[in-house]
Amino acid sequence: MDDPLTLYGEKFASRLLLGTARYPSPAILADSIKASGAEIVTISLRREAGGSRAGRSFWDLVRESGAKVLPNTAGCRTAKEAITTAQMAREVFGCDWIKLEVIGDEDTLQPDPFGLVEAARSLSAEGFRVFPYMTEDLVLAEKLLGAGCRVLMPWAAPIGSGRGLNNPYGLRALRARFPEAPLIVDAGIGAPSHAAAAMELGYDAILLNTAVARAGDPATMARAFALSIEAGRAAWLAEPMTPRDLAEPSTPLIGRAFDEGAA
Amino acid sequence: MQIRINGEEREVAAATLEELLAELGYGDQLVGTALNLDFVRAKDRADARLKQGDAVEILAPKQGG
Repeated sequence: MDDPLTLYGEKFASRLLLGTARYPSPAILADSIKASGAEIVTISLRREAGGSRAGRSFWDLVRESGAKVLPNTAGCRTAKEAITTAQMAREVFGCDWIKLEVIGDEDTLQPDPFGLVEAARSLSAEGFRVFPYMTEDLVLAEKLLGAGCRVLMPWAAPIGSGRGLNNPYGLRALRARFPEAPLIVDAGIGAPSHAAAAMELGYDAILLNTAVARAGDPATMARAFALSIEAGRAAWLAEPMTPRDLAEPSTPLIGRAFDEGAA
Repeated sequence: MQIRINGEEREVAAATLEELLAELGYGDQLVGTALNLDFVRAKDRADARLKQGDAVEILAPKQGG
């Protein structure tokens, strides 16, 4: 089936975006990227002491995977920090895509909607292709689209929590309100069934990390997620039935045995 | 002079950001730099003069979600 994911004009066959953090080893990360079929992986910039070449070797590993990179501004607390980090990432990775994180709450890592819109507007004006990590808020979505974002990334639950879809109602409402914008569920996915559920709601892709990295067998879990996302996408395209409160026989009643009322 | 590098106070001899990277042993490492929260492009590091109390960020590729 020819059903590509299109993000800022680029087409991808896989609808799974994979984070690169928290894997037991670089080899397991490489195996997991391969098993996931992901064509986009997220990557970060962090402080590193001079003399250490860890950053370079990690970057080499990611490049060898062949995946496109989506640098993030993880950990930034203000629009200014996020903007500066994005500018550094564009130079280091040679890429104008940026996963924009502006964290507003320490305990839940909930995004700061005000800083997010401010940073998104500024970065879009500088030519960045912004992927904002956001809540499922409809008004925030509208503001981010107005700020130049062409893709939105609402959370399912707090980062790393693995809770699944905390607010399916809100995610469904967001999907219905913005049918044309690519929507990627980012954060909070814990199991393949969560990813399938998001795809069944009509989401275009899933970005996840911890659920794969912290699995007992990350590469096998990456494969499981790839299958669930494919299944959920197929289900959405096939138009799921509407649930009912009461039973409805799936076998026709006409012609049943022992029917005293039959003519 | 005393400056703040990646959140830590350090005594350095370098007069510019480019000299600072060499002094700290970054060599040909792939890093992004910021001076007092403003991004400094690699080609501008030689012109980025440091002064007492400056805050420098030096960031390298890392695993991220």
